[in-house]
Amino acid sequence: MAGQLSGILAAVAKVQEVAGPDVPATSHPLPLVNVMRPDEPRPSLRADDALAAAPAREGDRFRVPRILEED
Amino acid sequence: MAELSGAELIRSSAAELASLLADRVVSAVEVTQAHLDRIAEVDGDATAGLHAFLHLDSDGALATARDVDTARVAGKDVHPLAGVPIAVKDVVATRGMPTTCGSAILRGWVPPYDATLVTRLRAARLPILGKTNMDEFAMGSSTEHSAYGATRNPWDLARIPGGSGGGSAAAVASFEAPLAIGTDTGGSIRQPAAVTGTVGVKPTYGGVSRYGLVALASSLDQAGPCTRTVLDAALLHQLIGGHDPLDSTSLAGPAPDVVAAARAGAGGDLTGVRVGLVRELGGSGHADGYDPEVLARFTESVAHLTAAGAEIVEVECPHFEYALAAYYLILPSEASSNLARFDAMRYGLRVGDGDPAATAERVMSATRAAGFGAEVKRRIILGTYALSAGYYEAFYGSAQKVRTLVQRDFAAAFEVADVLVSPTAPTPAFRLGEKLSDPMAMYLNDVATIPANLAGVPGMSLPSGLAGGLPAGIQILAPAQADERLYRVGAALEARLLAQWGGPLLAAMRAVPSVHASPEKVTA
Repeated sequence: MAGQLSGILAAVAKVQEVAGPDVPATSHPLPLVNVMRPDEPRPSLRADDALAAAPAREGDRFRVPRILEED
Repeated sequence: MAELSGAELIRSSAAELASLLADRVVSAVEVTQAHLDRIAEVDGDATAGLHAFLHLDSDGALATARDVDTARVAGKDVHPLAGVPIAVKDVVATRGMPTTCGSAILRGWVPPYDATLVTRLRAARLPILGKTNMDEFAMGSSTEHSAYGATRNPWDLARIPGGSGGGSAAAVASFEAPLAIGTDTGGSIRQPAAVTGTVGVKPTYGGVSRYGLVALASSLDQAGPCTRTVLDAALLHQLIGGHDPLDSTSLAGPAPDVVAAARAGAGGDLTGVRVGLVRELGGSGHADGYDPEVLARFTESVAHLTAAGAEIVEVECPHFEYALAAYYLILPSEASSNLARFDAMRYGLRVGDGDPAATAERVMSATRAAGFGAEVKRRIILGTYALSAGYYEAFYGSAQKVRTLVQRDFAAAFEVADVLVSPTAPTPAFRLGEKLSDPMAMYLNDVATIPANLAGVPGMSLPSGLAGGLPAGIQILAPAQADERLYRVGAALEARLLAQWGGPLLAAMRAVPSVHASPEKVTA
């Protein structure tokens, strides 16, 4: 895969040919800012639904492997 | 009226089925069963047949159909498309129905909620036949990157059906479904449409809610219709489009009246419409990599547009040649961030949990190594590289600047043209396996479709004829929020091409071979 990645990187580096300092960057097709919705309570996913696909479950919680390495 | 056979029903357009259902000539159950029978006949599995579907929901589809029939018999008002079956790309969340995105990491995952567009399909009571195959997480142009095996092109089972939405396009082209949902991040609706002889539309960014679409690249993704006619695409677009408060990037207001535009265009008159030929997309002097017959069909379509009264102008979009490079930086960057959610903690695959030395980090790493395919890994690595300190400005930052330049090219082009046209894909369907070992060659399929995603403008592909016996497509592009123009011009061109061919292009397709094995769907 390393060879393929190098090939792709060499090809996509083409963007640098025209990306001058005077060109502004665009991150999104729409000029949207701060879309707000009314701050009203509404039903959310039930715990059983949210946990239905959990790889491991303990009560109403996701059971996950140890977070910290042992020293 | 004489009773219609299943073979006749499945060849009807969605608009024709809607009218037969409204007149109670056929029942929704009959229509749905005819399509389920067709799927059983030709779809097969990963080893034989089309393999357009990953999951079937025959019981659910028939239950919806019965419901529609009961409502119609009772004289209740139903949506015009009620009872017309549909297939949904497996990247769209469907409550109670597996949603795998073509990835092993989501094998067997059943979402606890519906995507907004699915909610709208259910509210209008379109029977959902099942979920269609795709390149893993929509990364690819051939469906060969599906963890469940490729979909085959109904025109030639040795060839690709396009991608990433090859399953939806193949299902529609092979009469397994009159309608399908696709998603288009860089051409995943339009390129499969082109290589299967069908119609596909990527609406304006924000025109159809992304809520419930498993995200690939959030600033590029857009869902849209896959159909066999322009009018059918309009009917489906209008149903799934319009504002959704659950998607913060959803456009305000209802869907545009694309159905009226399609009906108006079907008259075939384009007097006063300015059509721009994009010099850089198969236009004069930029035909490298384009199949000569694809270009010939394109030129013929342009002649039809002229005959319809359109004024043809050539436009220059000098930065389009940088669009592919920018896309293959922006997409991996956004994808590497979006796919971080597959962490083996809350849903999906978990690998290595039983090991006494297991830690969250080791489990995440082992799960992602086992659950993601090669193309997904390539793009995650590229994306994290492009976003890393020291390379960010040179790669991701420069790509974002190219995005500005592409948008400016479109703005200038739409000053002199109402719509732009180009071939949709540079070549007809290639052979399965032909481009798998060369990612850059695969990426070049999207050269003509990518600019629209970068700028958020809408695009349509419709059949332009046969190139070496295989379908070719013409792409129409319009300014953002002017989706109606695609439908007016597309319907006018379609009417003239149908008159030239003496019927739909799909009538030229050889019979799809039957498979006798009962379809065993991998994710069921």
